[in-house]
Amino acid sequence: MTSTTFKRFLPLGIFIVLVGFLAIGLTLNPREVPSPLINKPVPQFKLTVLGAPDQAIATQDMLGKVWLLNVWASWCAACRIEHPVLVELAKTNQVAIYGLNYKDKSPAAIAWLVNFGNPYVQSLVDADGLVGIDLGVYGVPETFVVDKQGVIRYKQIGPVTPEALRDTILPLVKELSAS
Amino acid sequence: MKVLFIALGLSLSLSLSLLAQAKVAPNSSADPALEARVMVIAEELRCLVCQNETIAASHADLAVDLKNQIRIKLTQGQSQKQILDFMVERYGDFVLYRPPLKPTTVLLWVGPFVLLGIAVLMLVLNVRRRRRGAQPPAMSDEDHAKARALLDTPTHN
Repeated sequence: MTSTTFKRFLPLGIFIVLVGFLAIGLTLNPREVPSPLINKPVPQFKLTVLGAPDQAIATQDMLGKVWLLNVWASWCAACRIEHPVLVELAKTNQVAIYGLNYKDKSPAAIAWLVNFGNPYVQSLVDADGLVGIDLGVYGVPETFVVDKQGVIRYKQIGPVTPEALRDTILPLVKELSAS
Repeated sequence: MKVLFIALGLSLSLSLSLLAQAKVAPNSSADPALEARVMVIAEELRCLVCQNETIAASHADLAVDLKNQIRIKLTQGQSQKQILDFMVERYGDFVLYRPPLKPTTVLLWVGPFVLLGIAVLMLVLNVRRRRRGAQPPAMSDEDHAKARALLDTPTHN
């Protein structure tokens, strides 16, 4: 290539590179901020059970099994979208789903579960959102996959979709359950 | 008179903007000194719900909760660094409005300067080439004679 044709096509080349970067940028979701809690232990908590204020569950009670922690609230619109997926998952008995009822009013939360079905083994009440802060929650719903040692292995930000379940979460649960 | 109107207009717009600011950052604590310290730290933190705002400017529920956390931790005697570390542990580096200089963020920090360097280099090269191009081309004696002959030829009007 001679120097003049190189010069002629240089702007086009720069433009194509720029378009490439922008195209990649479009496929990324700025709302999905990688969590620093991946591969870290679940934060210590002891929370009362939704609908049973005399019962409490603490982090160490969960050791020895693989479980999902789904952060939800009755005021959360995206949780409605996600909910049928969780209800179906619960029916298959592949993994225990625990709920973290985030900054919600318990009567409203209980009514919500009566209306739309309850996929949770238990839901834990985080009325003031402090455990949510410890978990780095910023966009409900969020779902954590926790292994037998109580270490967070994956975080789904936003609704659990059937695709995310099939391609990421369930394979991971299977792998963690086997180990 | 005109000056008076301008002065009035200016003070009105100033007080309006102050009002707007007051609305953005409600002063919910009785202790203004503490509140000022809360705001200094809140200015350093990104609201993850509305990502282009600091939690000082944001009305989002989470921003309010985090400001409360800052307030509680300050009253417990924690330092600014301890509080920022607390936030980074939970929300990652992205929560910091001023990202730290780390291997993963080097491009972010030096990238603009590298681009600036390239631009300046191209500018210098271009200017030099033009300067060289602007110099009169070398002429032989023969060329001079030709030019002289052309100049001496009477013009045809």
